[in-house]
Amino acid sequence: MRNFYALVAGSLFGAGLFTSGMTDTSKVQGWLDLFGDWDPTLAFVLTGAILPMAIAWRFAARRKSTVLGNSFPPSSANELSRGLVIGSFIFGAGWALSGLCPGPAMASLTYNGTGGLIFTAAMLAGMALARYAKPLLVSPVQIFT
Amino acid sequence: MLEQDWVFGFFGGLLIGAGGVVYLLFNGRILGASGVVGGLADATGWNTWAERLSFIAGLIAVPYALTLLWVRPDTHLTESWPTLVVAGILVGFGARLANGCTSGHGVCGISRLSYRGIVATAIYLLAGALTMMVFRHYLGVI
Repeated sequence: MRNFYALVAGSLFGAGLFTSGMTDTSKVQGWLDLFGDWDPTLAFVLTGAILPMAIAWRFAARRKSTVLGNSFPPSSANELSRGLVIGSFIFGAGWALSGLCPGPAMASLTYNGTGGLIFTAAMLAGMALARYAKPLLVSPVQIFT
Repeated sequence: MLEQDWVFGFFGGLLIGAGGVVYLLFNGRILGASGVVGGLADATGWNTWAERLSFIAGLIAVPYALTLLWVRPDTHLTESWPTLVVAGILVGFGARLANGCTSGHGVCGISRLSYRGIVATAIYLLAGALTMMVFRHYLGVI
């Protein structure tokens, strides 16, 4: 059943990315282009996505386990790691350069041409690399002695 | 004036959120695109490969079906291979280092009022806006 609901979730996610126009890189770059021809569409997408999720989190808080009987994700940590700050910055730069992030990159694989395949292959390589970079950031590096 | 793109954006957003609701309330997982695929890319999530592949199958197949049934959208993706390779590596590497991308930190994190999700979102939006400023308006290369 987990696999079935994962398929449903992925399908809804894909349908949403398609319908919202988020696989169009010009809309994403337009949103980030504050000093150019700014496109606010992404704000509408984010609002639409956050509404049902906010309700789901409240619902989850009152239950012990999921519909399938699994446990819910642990509550989110409060401290910021170095990886979170540095990683988010690197991610944002790549997101702007291409107008693609992981969800839309995969959703558009069948209609994004060779470029979409190249981007996704590079993204997977970057993900595999990150595994080896993470431990370097987690253990505190003494810069000033 | 409410433009048509904004209306489609909002309803598409509701569908994205609905996907997140199903993944949370049934599977007990936070919907994060980089988390689902990243666990396969770096081998850390191979023990849950079937769940991950099921998710990805829906994520790729449904938009493909919509291109056949509805419209084939223009993605305006850059044709510059170096840009695609560099951007792809940055997106994959950065998202995994940060433990999340637009879906995990953005949609799921903000809706949970997670401190980490909100900070991550603020940082990647800032980095994205700076990148656009430098590479589009100053250097003129994207």
